[in-house]
Amino acid sequence: MANFTSASQPVRRHHAASRAPRTLSRVLIYSALLFWAFVCLFPIYWTVTTSFKSALDVTQGHLLPWLDFWPDWKGWRSLGLSPDSILGTSTARAEFVSRFENSIITSVGASVLALVLGSLAAYGLSRFRYKFGWMRNDDILFFFMSQLILPPVVLALPFLVLYKALSLLDTRFGLILLYTLTVLPIVIWIMRDQFNSIPVELDEAAFVDGLSVWGAFIRIVLPLAVPGLVAAFILSLVLCWNEYFFAALLTSTDAKTLPVMVASQTGSQGINWWSMAALSTAAIAPLVIVGIFLERYIVSGLTTGAGK
Amino acid sequence: MQNSSPLADDPHRKLASQRILVRRKNAGRALVVLASLGSFLLLLIQILHSTGVVTVGFADWRPILYAYLIWAIAIGVGQVVVRRERGLRALFLLPAVLFTVAVVIFPTLFGIYIASLDWNLSSFEGPHFNGLNNLIGLFHDDYYWNALRNMIFYAVAVLGEYAVAFGLALLLNAEIRGRRFFRVVFLLPLMLSPVAVSWMIGKSLMEYRFGPAATLARHLGWDDPAFFASPWIARLSIEAMDAWVSIPFIMIMLLAGLQAMPKDVLEAAKVDGASGWQSFWHVTFPLMLPVSVTVLIIRIIFKLKLADIVINVTAGGPGGATDTVSSFIYRVYRDRSNVGYGTGLAMFYLLMIIVFLTVLLRLSSRWTQKVA
Repeated sequence: MANFTSASQPVRRHHAASRAPRTLSRVLIYSALLFWAFVCLFPIYWTVTTSFKSALDVTQGHLLPWLDFWPDWKGWRSLGLSPDSILGTSTARAEFVSRFENSIITSVGASVLALVLGSLAAYGLSRFRYKFGWMRNDDILFFFMSQLILPPVVLALPFLVLYKALSLLDTRFGLILLYTLTVLPIVIWIMRDQFNSIPVELDEAAFVDGLSVWGAFIRIVLPLAVPGLVAAFILSLVLCWNEYFFAALLTSTDAKTLPVMVASQTGSQGINWWSMAALSTAAIAPLVIVGIFLERYIVSGLTTGAGK
Repeated sequence: MQNSSPLADDPHRKLASQRILVRRKNAGRALVVLASLGSFLLLLIQILHSTGVVTVGFADWRPILYAYLIWAIAIGVGQVVVRRERGLRALFLLPAVLFTVAVVIFPTLFGIYIASLDWNLSSFEGPHFNGLNNLIGLFHDDYYWNALRNMIFYAVAVLGEYAVAFGLALLLNAEIRGRRFFRVVFLLPLMLSPVAVSWMIGKSLMEYRFGPAATLARHLGWDDPAFFASPWIARLSIEAMDAWVSIPFIMIMLLAGLQAMPKDVLEAAKVDGASGWQSFWHVTFPLMLPVSVTVLIIRIIFKLKLADIVINVTAGGPGGATDTVSSFIYRVYRDRSNVGYGTGLAMFYLLMIIVFLTVLLRLSSRWTQKVA
């Protein structure tokens, strides 16, 4: 009995000694986490709340709604999106809606096109051996991936001249082509990894059942590749939605996208903070929602091949 | 023996099927040749039309685009007809290759041609050839070299982003509650468009008079919190914004690497009595080296394209201190409509990127091999 207690004593003391630094490290970890969460969220919080502030609230740096300022639909009214102005006609809203529509059409169009071209190529590269002159599969993959290093400026001016000749300047279709190009390497990268993870035996079983290469691809392999498709699609969507450089150079009136509209508003001096804030909020809201609900897919798309 | 296929025994039928095969092949080849000739003819007519040699032709070059599309389809059909099974396989790759050739390779080659022109869109005279003058001109362009020097700063700053991101990845990998919440929150900045961020942070949070960041800086004892007035502070502010947007990407990649790391190695280090710092420095960090190198290279590639934030917040100022090559070329075009010179600058930049990345890839693969 005496033996037992004396034996347990040092153990307990050891525990007590290690608990203090453990709590300390807990506190440090959580405070670091909370600090960075604040860094990430504050600009978004600031933008959203500013869209409800009056000029006085902005200049006095009021931060907390209902406590030190009274929220008002000011910013949203100037966009024609507040409850009291949503039913009336508003040129600001008409412009915003058309830019929003352009952004949706170009980013969805480009993502779909990139997904079609990219997953076909990825499936080919994952399953068959190609020989194209001196180029083998790895070279072809490198050829696609090397597009990533191309800075937009290199293509922007040639495209400006080419699009003028093709009368594709300021069209959504022109933007879709360019956006497809920028996301195609990423789609191929993600989809090749996805197809590599699907066993070849499935294809072979499909061939035995009398399906052609394309039949096996469309009916057997593609349904299994849906997670990769979703990840690639969402990642492309995000990249295309946020693209500014090409859109700024190649669109002027008809095909302007949302980032161009936001940028053109910041350029003008003496812009109302509340309307800028409302516009920024509206521009980022779709992606914030995507980020919150589809985070899993974005992470899986980004980390393709990272853990290997 | 008796049962062997009647088809093979019948030389007549075999010959017939071979003949069909040959006919198919010829038909396929003829289709490709026809389509190629047709589109080439169309292109020739349009070139002659646009140079004013012939009057026949189209108002714009759009039909050439359609011709390319039809030619591409003909190539695909030809592949299948001539090479059957192998053609069907090639059909997977062909669309992406033809697309890339049309949208990247051709414009890049065209860009090299434009780079040799003296071409100002706002002047009345059209483009005319001036050989290497653009190239010679850029060597005397101080603003261009200044922008290139800034790119070095921005590229080196990736290491800082990496350090912060590694810390965050370690935090997220620790045993914490609400990991999913923190992961979603930490990822959010990556989703935001750089243009919106330019306003949200650059133009409003960091605003001199009543931006919260400026107010905070005043409280902390900086009397004159002008984030974009002096060169170094402006550069750091731009870098901070870009870091805010892109740290999540590095963090997520590193987190994936951490989660894929074998757990027993770390436990073995703990058993051996390594402290937290030691086990990080001698176990985690070396194991993470391949992922780290990959993510750093990807990040540098993207950093070399940095433009949106600079264009929208400082437009390169003060005095070109924050200029990136992309934002500088953007202004060469926007303010001076100088297509020829701008393209020349861009091409030269591309060349430098290729050289730089080749060296970087070589060095990094040699280095990781030595360490690992």
